[in-house]
Amino acid sequence: MAPPRSAFGASPPGGRHRRTGKAGSVVAAWVGVASLALGLAGGVDAGERTPTPSIEKAAAGTQCVAAPDVMRRQHPQLLKHQRDATVHRGVRQGRDSLQGCVGCHASATSGSVAQAKTDFCVSCHAYAAVQIDCFECHASRPAQALAARP
Amino acid sequence: MARLDHGFYSLEERIFYVLLLLGGAVTAAGLYAAHSMETHGHAITGMTNQVVWGLPHVFAIFLIVAASGVLNVASIGSVFGQALYKPRAPLSGLLSLAMLAGGLTVLMLDLGRPDRVIVAATHYNASSVFAWNVLLYSGMAAIVALYLWTLLERRMNRYAKAAGIAALIWRFALTTGTGSIFAFLIARQAYQSAVLAPLFIVLSFAWGLAAFLIVQAAMYAWNGQALPEAVRARMARLLGVFVAAALYLVAVYHLTNLYFAKQAAFEAFILLGRGDPSGLFAPLFWLGYVLLGTLLPMLLLWLPQAAGPRSLLAACALVLLGAFALLFVFIIGGQAFPLEIFPGYTATSSFADGTAEIYSPRWPEWLLGFGGLGVAFLLTTIGVRALDFLPQDDFVGRAE
Amino acid sequence: MSSGSTEALAGRRKFLGLAAAGAGGVLLAPGIHLIEVAQAATPEVTSKVRWGLLIDTTKCSSGCSDCISACNAENGLDPVPSPTSAQWIRKVEIKEIKTGRQASVPVMCQHCAEPPCVDVCPTGASFKRADGIVLVDRHACIGCRYCVMACPYKARSFVHEPLTNQKPDVPRGKGCVEGCTLCVQRIDRGGTPACVEACDKAGHHAMLFGNLNDPDSAISKRVRELATRQLRADLKLDPGVRYLGL
Repeated sequence: MAPPRSAFGASPPGGRHRRTGKAGSVVAAWVGVASLALGLAGGVDAGERTPTPSIEKAAAGTQCVAAPDVMRRQHPQLLKHQRDATVHRGVRQGRDSLQGCVGCHASATSGSVAQAKTDFCVSCHAYAAVQIDCFECHASRPAQALAARP
Repeated sequence: MARLDHGFYSLEERIFYVLLLLGGAVTAAGLYAAHSMETHGHAITGMTNQVVWGLPHVFAIFLIVAASGVLNVASIGSVFGQALYKPRAPLSGLLSLAMLAGGLTVLMLDLGRPDRVIVAATHYNASSVFAWNVLLYSGMAAIVALYLWTLLERRMNRYAKAAGIAALIWRFALTTGTGSIFAFLIARQAYQSAVLAPLFIVLSFAWGLAAFLIVQAAMYAWNGQALPEAVRARMARLLGVFVAAALYLVAVYHLTNLYFAKQAAFEAFILLGRGDPSGLFAPLFWLGYVLLGTLLPMLLLWLPQAAGPRSLLAACALVLLGAFALLFVFIIGGQAFPLEIFPGYTATSSFADGTAEIYSPRWPEWLLGFGGLGVAFLLTTIGVRALDFLPQDDFVGRAE
Repeated sequence: MSSGSTEALAGRRKFLGLAAAGAGGVLLAPGIHLIEVAQAATPEVTSKVRWGLLIDTTKCSSGCSDCISACNAENGLDPVPSPTSAQWIRKVEIKEIKTGRQASVPVMCQHCAEPPCVDVCPTGASFKRADGIVLVDRHACIGCRYCVMACPYKARSFVHEPLTNQKPDVPRGKGCVEGCTLCVQRIDRGGTPACVEACDKAGHHAMLFGNLNDPDSAISKRVRELATRQLRADLKLDPGVRYLGL
């Protein structure tokens, strides 16, 4: 009587192919190709492959709620805090309101912060490869500009 | 010539890869459907603001309820000490994990914002059954994995009973949670009933055992073995008991509803098709669930003239078809029947008030639902290939 | 937001002095916020207020949809709805089966005190604000539609397709669930909901908005005098919307 087998004929104990060292050579080849690719990549100037963000100047005569280096690091936390204050506690038109950001930072050409590739939010986020979905729901154009449109 | 019967050249290996390919294709189609839904929105499906839970939910709830019930086989072995079921416990555990994964895949991909699953995993509303279910489903996966470990690793076998008891309690909570999703809703005539929780538990027993028997039969056939007649008869009788118990609870649910004047219109809608423009729900219930999904399988399972492995398989397949019919009537029919905002009045509006909805699923819902089945199939196939899940009785029979 | 320089500055000396001080401030204290917000932030809401609506259906005519048009315009909804469009308010034409009596009823989110949609939401996105308004926090909404299943008034809509050109005050998007917000963007700034305003402007005066917690408000006085009722009051959800003439 044949020994019980599990379904699909699993390989018998001890293995069926004796190819010692083949796995090792495959790994070595992969490491070689990968380092070659990375080495080539490292040699290219980052600016040639990935366009650096174009920070369009905000509305003239204004200043942001905090210094640029602070904003760069803290804007997610500021936005998150503000959104909870607005949605849950009804605090609108606060210092950190999103509409405030959009009002100042909307591009002069596209009128938006997230439409063209060079618009304020999109250009940095594309460079940093951090996807934002704010503007799936939020208007990316300031209220006055929208009101002015027919 | 010696190479032709093992390794990749053996027929079994090749068929394994073909099965992987088939399961992978079905799963990939489901993932593509989910991607389309995420890109274009649910407008490409047949779901509207009246029927918001469509065909994918039918598949998902079937898979999750069956996943809970298939573990019954292991529980009967580990917890209740029935020797016949002990060798079947590992396969039952694998199926449970595979079907749970399939059901959760469909559920999560059908979300309006599947990219926000991490929000669901980190924000819990203590009063929401869905939030409890997130914990119950993930806990179930962990407990079943642990249980499988105690069953498969010889030195952990002594903990199998404790793990089995934990799994039993957990899946009772889980299936109660699944039934409570609907039981806790006061808005719709179809739900708001406490009997839904035990009903889902009994349905899980029936559907889980049916699914288990089909997979077990497939594995035995693959290996040229057969289930001994005595074992087959016992499991067939057990399935018959579960199916009958499920029919009893469904009957109780409808009889109670029939007694309430305020539920009369809804019962006429489901049982008689009155006011149902699609004309689907009454035939699906009576023909699909009661006749084909319950009475015919009971005959096949209990009549001595009908005894045999083929009739057992047919009965299992019919039970599973009946499962889909019942869930369709329950989930979709419950939504298609209009809300009673103004009892005693007829209503019309631009928002389909007072109008029964015709729900016709479109290709994304079919593909997504089958994608969930594909995930369960893939995981089961890979699992039985990698580890030893074939039930090894002391008295192995040979196929005739 | 407008800058401090829009303040009226009288005289060159004042201007020069201020400019010097401003430049000094920028140099010396980079963290100081120099921007001046033209409008102050609106105050936090409290439970001292419970917003409610009283709708007099005897003044609602069957063909009128002023409230709906106003809601659509204010919130950026589809003016011509399809089966998958979101509808935050709709007119339900009802006819009593036994007597044949007819009425035309605007139905929207009832802003219940015991909202079933809040109980069932897995992430807590559907929530009741302190002032009684039931809202969806779309940052937390995963689009599971359980609240749509749970609402007895069919108040919630699911957004079935990608949206563009949202109103800046009313962010809404694909995959989330939404419903009547009692125009929080207006009432937080001291206004009234768009539907009420439109109904008043058109001269029907069928909708009254006010603070149910204030015994002297117009709405509280009316519901004390007249027999009003809530929809499906048997469910004991205690909606904030009441109806006359039903």
